[in-house]
Amino acid sequence: MTVLTDLGIAAIRDGVRAGDFSAREVAEAFNAAVAAAKPLNAFLVETPEHALAAADAADAARAAGEPSKPMAGVPIGMKDLFCTQGVASTAASHILEGFVPQYESTVSQKLWDAGAGMLGKLNMDQFAMGSSNETSCFGNVISPWRRSDGGNADLAPGGSSGGSSAAVAARIAPGATGTDTGGSIRQPAAFTGISGIKPTYGRCSRWGVIAFASSLDQAGPMARDVRDCAIMLEAMAGFDAKDATSLDIAVPQWEAGLNASLTGKRVGIPKEYRVDGMPQEIEALWQRGIDWVRDAGAEVVEVSLPHTRYALPAYYIIAPAEASSNLARYDGVRYGLRDLPDGANLQEMYARTRAEGFGDEVKRRILIGTYVLSAGFYDAYYTQAQKVRTLIAQDFERAWERCDVLLTPTAPSAAFALGEKSADPIAMYLNDVFTVPSSLAGLPAMSVPGGVDAGGLPLGLQIIGRALDEQGVLNAALAIEERAGFVARPGRWW
Amino acid sequence: MADASTPFRIKGATGDWEVVIGLEVHAQVTSNAKLFSGAATAFGAEPNTQVSLVDAAMPGMLPVPNRECIRQAVRTGMAIDAQINRWSRFDRKNYFYADLPQGYQISQLYHPLVGEGSVEIEDGETVKTIGVERIHVEQDAGKLMHDQHPTRSYVDLNRSGVALMEIVSRPDMRSPAEAGAYLRKLRAILRYVGSCDGNMEEGSMRADVNVSVRRPGEEFGTRTETKNVNSVRFVMAAIEHEANRQVDVLEAGGKIVQETRLFNPDTGTTRSMRSKEDAHDYRYFPDPDLLPLELDEAFLAECRASLPELPDAKRKRYEGLGITPYNADVLTAEVESARWFDALLEAGAKPVAAANWVTSELFGALNRLGKSIADSPVTPARAAELLALVADGTLSGSLAKQVFEAMLETGDAPGRIVEERGLKQTSDTGAIESVIAEVLAKNPGQLEQYRAGKEALFGFFVGQTMKSMGGKANPKVVNDLLRKALASG
Repeated sequence: MTVLTDLGIAAIRDGVRAGDFSAREVAEAFNAAVAAAKPLNAFLVETPEHALAAADAADAARAAGEPSKPMAGVPIGMKDLFCTQGVASTAASHILEGFVPQYESTVSQKLWDAGAGMLGKLNMDQFAMGSSNETSCFGNVISPWRRSDGGNADLAPGGSSGGSSAAVAARIAPGATGTDTGGSIRQPAAFTGISGIKPTYGRCSRWGVIAFASSLDQAGPMARDVRDCAIMLEAMAGFDAKDATSLDIAVPQWEAGLNASLTGKRVGIPKEYRVDGMPQEIEALWQRGIDWVRDAGAEVVEVSLPHTRYALPAYYIIAPAEASSNLARYDGVRYGLRDLPDGANLQEMYARTRAEGFGDEVKRRILIGTYVLSAGFYDAYYTQAQKVRTLIAQDFERAWERCDVLLTPTAPSAAFALGEKSADPIAMYLNDVFTVPSSLAGLPAMSVPGGVDAGGLPLGLQIIGRALDEQGVLNAALAIEERAGFVARPGRWW
Repeated sequence: MADASTPFRIKGATGDWEVVIGLEVHAQVTSNAKLFSGAATAFGAEPNTQVSLVDAAMPGMLPVPNRECIRQAVRTGMAIDAQINRWSRFDRKNYFYADLPQGYQISQLYHPLVGEGSVEIEDGETVKTIGVERIHVEQDAGKLMHDQHPTRSYVDLNRSGVALMEIVSRPDMRSPAEAGAYLRKLRAILRYVGSCDGNMEEGSMRADVNVSVRRPGEEFGTRTETKNVNSVRFVMAAIEHEANRQVDVLEAGGKIVQETRLFNPDTGTTRSMRSKEDAHDYRYFPDPDLLPLELDEAFLAECRASLPELPDAKRKRYEGLGITPYNADVLTAEVESARWFDALLEAGAKPVAAANWVTSELFGALNRLGKSIADSPVTPARAAELLALVADGTLSGSLAKQVFEAMLETGDAPGRIVEERGLKQTSDTGAIESVIAEVLAKNPGQLEQYRAGKEALFGFFVGQTMKSMGGKANPKVVNDLLRKALASG
């Protein structure tokens, strides 16, 4: 008998359509799995009734012979960065504790319109700032994965979309939304052996998504495989007049366009991504990836992205600068936390509310961002970083003259243990070294599982594509997926 | 305004001082919706009833530029003959205050929408050009209310996010009067264009006043900025006070501190608000939620085509029609008067007579009734009818006054009033001749004196004749017939 929670998005959609099982059965199975997975701490809020209502609507529509919606009967997890009407939305920060939006983000609304239901709100790094999920004010998510070599430490699910990655990897959600500012979809996907795509900047509306760094933030799907990502991204993407940076172009039919043959395609290998001290296992994974795409018919070419090493410092100026301004609205005046002792004045209220409400990593980035924007430092940091950003985009433009997509590792290592890097912010920031350049350039990029390391932990390969060429990215990822034969999954210990 | 030959000077104990003035005028853009949200903008609404999720800076909310606000700012720039920047950008000005929900104001520091332009001010024959450095578009903040509760302050976000144009002049003004003339002229232009209602009492227009003093011909002195002054009179008073204060400081051997000051309308004085050292570091940077604003030719062409005739052009046109410069000036000073007058001309009134009538009869009556021209009980079409009745001899000047009074009272058409009240002027020579004969017969003494050479008595006979005819006789006919009768003796 089919274990419903083992099914991905396409299988659930097709099974419901075919009448193999009801959407309600699916929702109930996942609701039960969510309820039983509390030790993972993946969900901040559980909304089983939301998932059931969407499932019942899907079943009723099928019974009435109505055309099936693209994600009818598929329950998903929603990263807590998305504002959901009537359901607490906190960005995993104490400063927004108890905040219940009266509005629905465009992306989540599109998913509900496509027939999906919500299992709950997913834990994350606070305000999406972090690579391990340890900055959540509600406690970190624990990865469902364990080392196979006897190491029993709790592992990081990656970040900032760590609740999303853990939930999908643990089979307590067939898919989940993520957001990616510098790698927050791709790195957790790599750490947990799932797929995730950050589309071209502007594909998914940012309206109703709690902002981290506006010029970088993009929503995207995290799911079991490439096809599921294509289905979910189609439901999430699309022009939104409420977001001035939204792209006013049609959403392609990515699922229908999936094609694992790379004949006639050229895959670029950027030599600057071969960084010092890269673990042998990552090198080997990358080489396997190169062999797979060649096997799929692609020509492999070496390319140069000469400004790569400036990407991380530029990112850690631009993103905090925008964040320092974006997070100014959390001031205790209108919503969320307010710390106003008797007799305190406005300045004291601001100081106490923000000191109490924000976590250390958020404060660190607000301080960095405030510093780089301040008089006398602006040109040396912010202006310079913007120039680097332009140069990095130009690097990619030149690369596209020689190839169609780029293949790189997603992260410089497999998942690390919780606590291993939390005391060293620089070591933590280095996790983003391969994902940040494409974020700065606004390009679509995807992580797909490529194998496991010696400890049995998943490793991800990253495909980066031209602006708007999500199809090319998905297809290259599909070619790898078919050849990698990645079947490892975490054993259930929770 | 001071005559160009006698420049405005402050007489200090140690000699003359020249005043240097620059104005930053904040003008609320006339639009049904705010700069980056769909919320309404009506003045005087109940607190917090015109606030969208964007204006309240709820999590995840994003600004989207309002095309109409941009259009109005571009049209304003065109009206002062300014450079329109086809590429401009919004920046965030970061600071914390309870009336600023986002924690930043979206403004334009680095690349404003409108660049260099100018405004001409006149004093009789003298024309002076005041440079405008830029116009940028920005959000207004909300309002704090401290008088609602003994220990708490309230916030009204109705104004939060309302579109403002900041019109920054060059330091080209040299007297309070010039500053007043500049403000009035700018206000008139904004109202002609329709981009701002210019209502300073409701706060839709206010000025930051930059003042410094120097010895004539020397380098600029250190300036102070007096914030948020909300009437022409107060701006002039603030300059007067601030310039004199600076002269006193300098003559006492002190130095002017670059600072922000506040004007107190009750005392007519300014006081220090904060010095440059306490100034915020606003950490301006391009707003990453917004793409640069790029204007295409079609948009600019539409803006240009929609501009009305502006005050200077209109005044020149009126003068070309034979209207006196004084009347032309009075008629064009306010857009409502000019529109009313144009409608009057359109209805067929003769320009010179119409200008005289509007500036004396109509304005006098409106003044007496305490009404603005916009609520004039007499429409331009009716007024044109009245003037036509004068022009064709149906009404004499004094009859016209009576008819106009009746029009103000009843709102009726002049033709009907003439008909009903029998106010029509007569040119019936037979009737007039018989009245003249009667008048002469009744006044033999005066007749004798007249014939003895006291010609001033002619007016007496005219008056008696008109009186006997109830004012309805055509004065010209009366004059002619009377002269004939007196001569024929």
